Order: sequence, then C-alpha cells, then structure tokens
Amino acid sequence: MLEAIRTIGLRKVYPAANGRRLRAWNPGAAPRLPAAPALSPSPAEVVALAGLDLTVGEGEFFGLLGPNGAGKTTTIGILTTRVRPTSGTAIVAGADVVTNDTEVRLRIGVVPQRPNADRSLNVRENLLFHAAYFGIPRAIAARRAAELLDQFGIGDKAEAKVDQLSGGQQQRLMIARALIHEPRVVFLDEPTMGLDPQARLALWEILRALHAAGRTIVMTTHYMEEADRLCDRIAIVDRGRLLAVDTPARLKAQAPGGTLVELSLDGPAARVADGARTLAGVTRTEAVGSMVRVYTERGGDLIPALIRVAEAAGRGVRDIHLSPPSLETLFISLTGRKLD
Amino acid sequence: MTAEPSTLVQRPTTARIVGALLLRDLVVMRRELPYFLIRTTLQPLLFVVVFGYLLPRMGFVRAAYGAALLPGILAVSLALSSVQAVALPMVQDFGWTREIEDRLLAPVSMRVVAAEKVAMGVIQGVIAALFVLPIARLIMGPIEALTGAHLGVVILVAILGGTAFSMLGLFMGTAINPQQIGLMFSVVVAPMIFFGCAYYPWQGLSALPVMKYAVLVNPLVYVAEGMRAALTPALPHMSLVTVLAALVAIAGVFWALGLRGFERRAMG
Ligand SMILES: Nc1ncnc2c1ncn2[C@@H]1O[C@H](COP(=O)(O)OP(=O)(O)O)[C@@H](O)[C@H]1O
Ligand SMILES: [Mg+2]
Repeated sequence: MLEAIRTIGLRKVYPAANGRRLRAWNPGAAPRLPAAPALSPSPAEVVALAGLDLTVGEGEFFGLLGPNGAGKTTTIGILTTRVRPTSGTAIVAGADVVTNDTEVRLRIGVVPQRPNADRSLNVRENLLFHAAYFGIPRAIAARRAAELLDQFGIGDKAEAKVDQLSGGQQQRLMIARALIHEPRVVFLDEPTMGLDPQARLALWEILRALHAAGRTIVMTTHYMEEADRLCDRIAIVDRGRLLAVDTPARLKAQAPGGTLVELSLDGPAARVADGARTLAGVTRTEAVGSMVRVYTERGGDLIPALIRVAEAAGRGVRDIHLSPPSLETLFISLTGRKLD
Repeated sequence: MTAEPSTLVQRPTTARIVGALLLRDLVVMRRELPYFLIRTTLQPLLFVVVFGYLLPRMGFVRAAYGAALLPGILAVSLALSSVQAVALPMVQDFGWTREIEDRLLAPVSMRVVAAEKVAMGVIQGVIAALFVLPIARLIMGPIEALTGAHLGVVILVAILGGTAFSMLGLFMGTAINPQQIGLMFSVVVAPMIFFGCAYYPWQGLSALPVMKYAVLVNPLVYVAEGMRAALTPALPHMSLVTVLAALVAIAGVFWALGLRGFERRAMG
C-alpha cells in the first residue's frame, strides 16, 4: 500500500499565551491531562497532541473520530501545514509538512471546520482565484469551476455573494474550492457539523464519489455513524492520543457488550427486562416504558428465548429491532465516556 | 467527479502566484475604491479646505502656507491609505473571518503572501496621493514654490513612504486584536498625523527644539519632508538622503516585526 500520510510521534503543545485566554479556550481541559514528566508542560499549557503515530494509505478514506478537544483540528492543522508541530514528523503526499510545506500545499485540498470563503469575491471567483493561486490556467479553471458548482448543486449561485449561500451551500463551496486544483489528498474537518440531515446525506454522496474517484480523504468527525458509514479505516482519538485504529467492522468487533436487541411490547417492560437478565449471554438489560433493550453476545440467536420470556411475563411482542455492535459502545469502553 | 487525481501537478512559479494574489486584491480594490478613497482622503481634503482655503481668505493664515501644506497633505493621504489598506483587512482576517486562509494554502511561502499585501498597500497609498494632489491643488489655488520638475523623486518618496507605512500596517494588523483597532487608530495614528510634520514643515519646529527632535521617531515626518524635498525643493526641508535612509530603516524594522507577527497569526 502506498502511503499518502505518515506521522511519527506528532506532538503539539499550545503555549499559555495568558491564563485567562486559555481558560476560555477549553475550560478544565488542562488539569485532566496526564502529566508527561519528560517534557513537563506547565499546567497552563495545553497538550493538544501527545505523540500521534498514523499512516494513511493512498486512496484511503480515513476517519479521525473523537469528541471535542480530542485534537482533531490540531492534527488536520499540522497535516495541512497550518499549525507547526511542537515535535514529531509528518509526511503528506511525500513531503515533510515543516521543511517542505509549499510542496505539501501543492498536493492537498482543505475543507476547514468553519467555512471561510473569500467574502469579497462571488462564488465562482472564489474557485477561479483559488485555482489561480495554484497556477492553473484560467480556461481550465473556468471549466472545472463550472463542473464543480453544477455537481454540487450550486451552479445557479455562481454569481451570488458568499453571504447569500446557506450553511450547506457554503460547505459545498468549500469542498469545491478544495478540489479545484485536483489535490491528491483532501482534508475535511467536521464537514457535516451543523448541516441538516438532508444536506448531510448529500455531502456523504459527494464524499463517496470522491473516494470512488481514487482520492485520498482524511475526514474528522464526532459522529459515530458517519465514520462508520463512510470510512475505510477509523482512528479513535481522545485527549491527543490514538486509542484505536482499524476498519469500522474490526473496531466494532472489539466493542464489548455485543449486539443490541430492542423489543417493543404491548405493555410495561420492567418484568421482561428482569427475566431477560437471567438468560445466558446477556450482558445488560434496560426497560424504557414498553420497550426493553437487551445487550447480548449471542446476537439474533437470543430472540426465541426473549420472546418466551416476554410471553411468560404476559406481554406480546409488537416489534423487534437488532443493532450490531457499534463504535459508540467501543468508544465508551475505551474512554469511559460518551462521544458527545 | 473531476477525473483521477492529477499526477502532473506542476509547481507554479512564485511570480505566477504573486500575480494571482495581486489580481485578487486589485479586483477587490476596484470594487471598493470609492469607499476606500473617502475613508482615507476625506479627512486630509477637509483639512485643505479649512487651512488651505478658508483661513488664508479670512486672513488668519498667510497664503504661503499652502506650499508647506500641500506636500504634507499628500504624505498623510499616502501614509494613511497604505497603513489602512494593509492593517484593516488583516485585523479582520486574523481576528475572526480567517478569509485569508485560502491564500495561506497557496503553494508559496508565507512571506510571499505578506509581501504581496505590502505591495498592495503601496499601490493604494500611491493611488490616494494621486487622487488628492489635483483636488488639493484646485482648492488651494496656485502655489508658487510647487514644481513638477523632480517627478522621479516624488515617485521614489511615494513608493518608499508607502512601503514603510504598509509594513507598519503589517505590524499593526497582526499585533492588534479586532476590539482594539478603533482605539489604535485614535491613540497611535491620529497623534502620528498631527505630530508628523504634515501640516507644518519640520524646520518650523526649530522654535521648539525638544519637539523638533522628539518627532523624529514619527515615520510620517520623513514622508512629509520627502514630499517637500521633491515638490517644493526651494523651501526649507530635511535632506533627501536623511529622508530616504530613515524610510528604508523604518521599513526594515516593521517588515521584520510585521513578518514575525504575520507568521505567528497565520500559523493557527
Ligand atoms: N490555538 C490554540 N491555542 C491554545 N489551545 C488550543 C488552540 N487550538 C486548540 N487548542 C486546544 O487544544 C486541544 C485540542 O483542540 P482541537 O485540535 O481543536 O480539538 P478538536 O478539533 O478535536 O475539537 C483543546 O484542548 C483545545 O482547547
Ligand atoms: Mg475541531
């Protein structure tokens, strides 16, 4: 597998410019961080990345999954030459992000966490000028810009001001901008945050098509489902550390507690939950109104036994829903917390 | 999707990228030129109306004052335009919009992006001075000592002065946070204008020796005196060599400081 990205021991410590500003950035984050005696950051400093080793293959759709403050944006910042690492090495598209940053920039496209289109220019100009900054001849840039705008459903907004676009449209403009110079590696920092479900699905389709066209994609998200549905491999990060990295399927297989079986009953579920807890292979149960949730390592095999338990308790089963092991459960087991 | 990832990404030349950056700023400047000119030249022009037209006609001010005033007015317009052209957008960009980000992603060194901003500051300063010159001359009427014989010197002073003030703008634009920009202009720029030998020649301060040497820290003094040396060489003015040397030194200091600030702000 050809490598698109490799990081070795990537570390980022944000200095404490002044105490008050720091607290505003991330209340309470610093004290929770485990002390690193060798480098002993003072308590006011923020260790955003504590030695990250990652490899992303050429053409891979790679996800960085983690809660707010995990260090996702810092990682993207370093890989896109926009943040200087405190120590460690990062090679992107064959070039070092510190010593050869212009070479890296030539080969990457970046979709920032917050849309930052050039508001002094209209939509089309945003693309044309960005292409010009990469030395792309005007005629080629114009053709690509038209294609991208059409493809992303904002062809009719080409002459519009940036401020006239909706959040989702601005996000798509940012993606078009990141693609106009045909980069080898595309970075997207929480691209679906704040989008309505419809816009999110539309974006997923765009990303899938990009991936299918052979581009390397690195995306951060704090939505489990998104990472699960889109990525070839996922790195789970928390507090600047890599907790796990693998395919979604293999990560989920590591998740404890197994499959979730939800039964909808025709009456209160408490007694069914109590009964189900005694079955072999059940790790946890809970009753919510007329719904009972059963976590089991036996998957669907448990269903006949569950139905018998329900009938014994005098309840009819209206509906059964099976959820395979999820990243959510894995994340909780790795960090002891929920993702959001 | 736009084809396969291109394997033939050619590295564009720096000159080509600078051309694109300049073109972007020129396009934006053309759209905003009227507002820009009003913002930076209205105040100096109003000053001309009062001190170059009204007061002389009322007899409070001698008509010869116009010869000292005109070069100073050009200097103020030039300096104010250059410093604002660089500092204001930069304060916004680094303060909250981060719109400059797409240029920081260009495959070119960061100092090239900063240098291009300075070049735009010079262009805008020169445009403002060129705009003010005929209007001020019209308002004030004929000025005896005024000569267009040293056009080369005028251009040299304008470019060097514009450069020094654009670099000051780079420094201010990266050092100030957005909430303080208004305060900065009142507390730094306004005194700079009034103590910058724009509205009176430096020689005139001989009556106040302390003042005469204190104002030498003010970059505007050298632009104003340089304009006097170029436009009204017959009247007393600071030596051109001093002016040029001072402007080069000021530009150097603020380029170093401004670039450091720019890189600090640009890198996250
Ligand atoms: N410019 C900065 N200065 C100081 N601390 C920062 C800065 N940017 C991020 N941080 C801190 O670094 C940590 C990681 O932040 P970030 O990379 O933005 O995480 P994520 O994108 O996963 O939410 C957080 O504690 C955050 O407060
Ligand atoms: Mg983030």
